[in-house]
Amino acid sequence: MTKQITLTIDGQKVTVPAGTTIMQAADNIGLHIPRLCFHQKLSSIGACRVCVVEVAGMKNFAPSCCTAATDGMVVKTNSQAVRKARRDIVELILDNHPRDCQICERNNNCDLQELANTLGIREFTYEGERKRYAVDQSAGITRDPEKCITCGKCVRVCSEIQGVNALSYAYRGFRTTVLPAFNMPIKDSVCINCGQCTLFCPTAAITETDATADVWRNLNDPAKTVIVQIAPAVRVALGEGFGFEPGVDKTYEAVTALRLMGFKVVFDTQFSADLTIMEEGHELIHRLKNNGKLPMITSCSPGWIKFCEHFHPEFLGNLSTCKSPQQMMGALIKTYYARKMKIDPANIYSVSIMPCTAKKFEASRPEMNASGYQDVDAVLTTRELIKMIKQAGIKFNELKGSEFDNPMGESTGAATIFGVSGGVMEAALRTAYEVITGQALPSIDFKAVRGFDGIKEASVDIAGTVIKVAVIYGMANVHKVFTEMEQGKRSYHFIEVMTCPGGCMGGGGQPYLPNQAEALDKAWYEKRAQGLYKIDELKKIRKSHENPQIKQIYQEFLKQPLGEVSHHLLHTHYHYRLPKGIASKVKDTVSI
Amino acid sequence: MIPAKTKPISKETQSKLKKVGEYLETSPRLKDQQGQLMGALHYVQTLFGYLPQEAMEYISEKLSIPTAHIYGMATFYNYFSLQPKAKYQIYLCKGTACYVAGGARIQERLKEELKIGLGETTPDGMFGWNITRCLGCCGLSPVMQVNEDIYVRMVPEKIPAILEKYRRQDKKAAKVKEAGIGAFDHPGK
Repeated sequence: MTKQITLTIDGQKVTVPAGTTIMQAADNIGLHIPRLCFHQKLSSIGACRVCVVEVAGMKNFAPSCCTAATDGMVVKTNSQAVRKARRDIVELILDNHPRDCQICERNNNCDLQELANTLGIREFTYEGERKRYAVDQSAGITRDPEKCITCGKCVRVCSEIQGVNALSYAYRGFRTTVLPAFNMPIKDSVCINCGQCTLFCPTAAITETDATADVWRNLNDPAKTVIVQIAPAVRVALGEGFGFEPGVDKTYEAVTALRLMGFKVVFDTQFSADLTIMEEGHELIHRLKNNGKLPMITSCSPGWIKFCEHFHPEFLGNLSTCKSPQQMMGALIKTYYARKMKIDPANIYSVSIMPCTAKKFEASRPEMNASGYQDVDAVLTTRELIKMIKQAGIKFNELKGSEFDNPMGESTGAATIFGVSGGVMEAALRTAYEVITGQALPSIDFKAVRGFDGIKEASVDIAGTVIKVAVIYGMANVHKVFTEMEQGKRSYHFIEVMTCPGGCMGGGGQPYLPNQAEALDKAWYEKRAQGLYKIDELKKIRKSHENPQIKQIYQEFLKQPLGEVSHHLLHTHYHYRLPKGIASKVKDTVSI
Repeated sequence: MIPAKTKPISKETQSKLKKVGEYLETSPRLKDQQGQLMGALHYVQTLFGYLPQEAMEYISEKLSIPTAHIYGMATFYNYFSLQPKAKYQIYLCKGTACYVAGGARIQERLKEELKIGLGETTPDGMFGWNITRCLGCCGLSPVMQVNEDIYVRMVPEKIPAILEKYRRQDKKAAKVKEAGIGAFDHPGK
């Protein structure tokens, strides 16, 4: 057993294991020491000094997030001197921060604003030089370093959870700022657009790149047929923007809201998720039967694709050639649907709503114009959709639900669970099993691939062949698995990779969590996931190959999985990308 | 094939990078550790006169340290420069003692002689000058440093001769180089 120590915090005695920080000890007795740069899933660096406390016998105030408690320590978290110091610190941060709260993206959802308010700061005490930087934008991410308070959460999440290391501190003292390597534009860096930094940033220094203005413009253009698709993970998180609990299914209310906003046709990305399973399932079978390159690795998570291009190009041949559901839908809208409805694809403006910032980048890839046009014109995150619904003055809470449009609106439970880590694997196994064996599955739920562990493994017996699978989220975990595969410590037939913690449940485009709950709250993500599993359970059809509209599209248009039309519209290849990335090595699996 | 670099690299840079590689192989105590980065950057700074992006990318791959972090370290320390530095870098101490003993007058004369401002480099790439804080020999103030050489009890009148000394030294070095004995082959020694 670890040694126990006893300390006194604000007059209360508290006993904790040795090695506990003062902040953790205070949390144990229900004392919330104000904090800004601290996050329990990241290393503590004491960058902001907001969490300073007074320790008897110590000359200076100690940052409680990274000061270990010791036996007999006497701590004051709320003395007059500490309160003054803390206020001074926050006032100094505010002095070097644009004072434009009213017109800021994070207004009412900003840790700094909240902190200034809680501490009761009512005037600007200091007036000094302020840092000036230009805004830097990629397809998915917008950086506004003027708003950066150099807390370094983005640097740490990028390094410790995603292993990407796209950002780091640069320069020193007053000039300290967070930058990509060589101060290159973020679009040219190894950034994979996953958007985890947008969830961690306490201010609006990093946000998604806005698409709402462009979408509104096209919605108001009478010459355009604006068609929209909505991803599985969005429907269980959208409600959060309107006061609902995470995990509440708002699929059909969303369809109504989209129609009210002026979208002419509303399709379901779950339809193309079913289609992805048809193609990917057959691709897996093809690879297994014909000594193809194994393990096959899923390719629906665009952050992961860019990671593979920068960091592990040697695995590009292992990627499934299937496009993601978003891009399959995009290609079909401007070909299959346009021909069916006799609309000139040039006049179609195709929008997708995703839990994701990397999808914005994916849509802008030059590979993604199988229809002869950019297949998906604009990508909105869940957050942006919430914003647009509010801008349109729609009372979301009072809406009645309505159905998706045909012929790409119907979907199965297998497609729904694409939104959660392990879901694509489970959906693929449901179909692959039945296609290979010709028999119905004894049990439809593959529980072994569910849950929130960063790396999950399972073996599935399909007609006497044991298929070894792995389900991974977080790029640091991917790097770990790949390294161990190269060392011969692991081997698989099929791997599902999702970029974000918990899959799309923790997507970089999902609603910000309420201030104090902080990003990466497992319980919160689990609620979202339970919402998806509930939709799956309640669906009449739960296997992709049984979706009647899928059968119809193969009959009318695609003919067969992996056929010529599919090959042209639904499959693609990726290429190595520079600069070459160096991924963080993690010893233990990173789980939320 | 996977090319590792972002830009084509000149022959000269390539041969210098090879030396950096040799340094990383042979540098003694910290081999294969992240702590090797500091020494490696020092080596590159001396070898190239600054930290070119190619060299930082090269070290990144060799030591498996992300370029963003290397850039962070390179910009943190004043010693490192991201642009080519002058061959002879002059540091003028303006710590308290040197300041009181007349550091400002030295600075004026230096500016006059070199016709460049603080942090700039002369057009021929020979000299650049910067202000530094205490060099640790206040009793000998005012102090000026040129590369590794320290000049103490400075007076403005000494400056032209000192500059001339380095100009002569440089000509000599160029001759040696022409003769095929690389004067800059062993940086840091």
